[in-house]
Amino acid sequence: MSAAAVTPAASADAMLPVPYRVVDRTVETHDSATLRLSPVGRRLPHPNAGQFCMLYARGIGEIAISISDASDGTLVHTIRDVGAVSRALSGARPDALLGVRGPFGTDWGLDTAVGHDVVIVAGGVGLAPLRPVLLGVMRRRAEYGRVTLIAGARSAGEFLFRAQLADWVARPDLDVELTVDSPAADWDGPVGFVTEPLGRLDVDPAATIAFICGPEPMMRFSANVLLDKGVAADRIRVSLERNMQCGIGVCGHCQLGPLLVCRDGPVVDYATAEPLLAVREL
Amino acid sequence: MIPVESIAAFTLVQTMTRAQRAKVADTAQEVSFAARKRLFEEGGHASGCWLIRSGLIALESVVPGRGAIVLQTLGPGDVLGWSWLVPPNRWQFGAVTMTPVTAVELDTGRLRTLMDADPELCCRLTRGMFDAVLDRLQNTRLRLLDVYGSPRDRVSSADASTSSSASER
Repeated sequence: MSAAAVTPAASADAMLPVPYRVVDRTVETHDSATLRLSPVGRRLPHPNAGQFCMLYARGIGEIAISISDASDGTLVHTIRDVGAVSRALSGARPDALLGVRGPFGTDWGLDTAVGHDVVIVAGGVGLAPLRPVLLGVMRRRAEYGRVTLIAGARSAGEFLFRAQLADWVARPDLDVELTVDSPAADWDGPVGFVTEPLGRLDVDPAATIAFICGPEPMMRFSANVLLDKGVAADRIRVSLERNMQCGIGVCGHCQLGPLLVCRDGPVVDYATAEPLLAVREL
Repeated sequence: MIPVESIAAFTLVQTMTRAQRAKVADTAQEVSFAARKRLFEEGGHASGCWLIRSGLIALESVVPGRGAIVLQTLGPGDVLGWSWLVPPNRWQFGAVTMTPVTAVELDTGRLRTLMDADPELCCRLTRGMFDAVLDRLQNTRLRLLDVYGSPRDRVSSADASTSSSASER
């Protein structure tokens, strides 16, 4: 990962939300929506895959949301309604104005995976921060080895980006396995936790870079499967989530041991993350 | 009977010596099944064990009003069928192929005879089976955690209003 390569300086400027307009809204699941945002005036710096922005719903609050695409110059954020602010943001309709700060934090370090096999493991809404990885790899597909996406969800209706997933499944140069915890009657695919297809995957440990994002237990257990296969911890990257507030490593709300996740994360290698994730309530 | 090398990659036989693997291979045959082929029914007499080479197999149970519910799918490298090993030798769930499947089928009647005659083989095969059971159990436990559920389902509504910034996933 490039360490905070694009993180703005700790300045008043970085703390000032820039107005962006919602130009498109796609309902992903019963509690998630994807917003495409376009700048009203000043455009924020182009983000790297894995970074996040602070999104502000006027009069309600501000939260950190990862960027699920930025390839066409707009900012795309996928937001799950889990509280007052995320409900306001995910419910924002086209033409609504939001405040945006960022982009902040470390990125997935996609360039360092060139020439390697890429294994992407996504759980639930964790597919959102990983979508730029897939899009980035596919833009330069010939530069990477075998590319595998394993994505898990509670049920088929809980997958994000379902139309895009169908396109990815159909691609001959991409191995995609979608698995659900609880199948509905119309699901005829794999049933099981992401660790099951991951456990069946043949990997060349020395040639593999892995990207994992999802709930913390899912990341821990998925990383363990890869470690058991011989993939070194510094070749496994995870995206951490803590209570990001300032985004520039000043306020300390997102401290995780020695890390300030908004500045030193969200993306870290598993050699860094493993001992921290093993500490209860850290 | 199949060549001993053709089963060497399966976890089930990883701890065995070559001679022991050869005995197991002697009970084995390569099989293939079309999609939607039922391999066994829940409640039936348990006989047979399959080492899956390719394809997907669903373990299922019938729930009145809901039909057959798929509990888990098994794929390449997995072992299907361990109820033959312990009394009452009854399948606890049904198994049906979801895709075309190729597998190594073990003759569990002959395998039991071998195990009775060779305690070391018995120990290693049981150990291999235990690894498979443990792996299946751990993955089932992970699903019980319901980690993809909404944080809103896990906290009171009062807490939920303040939890948004830390709960995107």
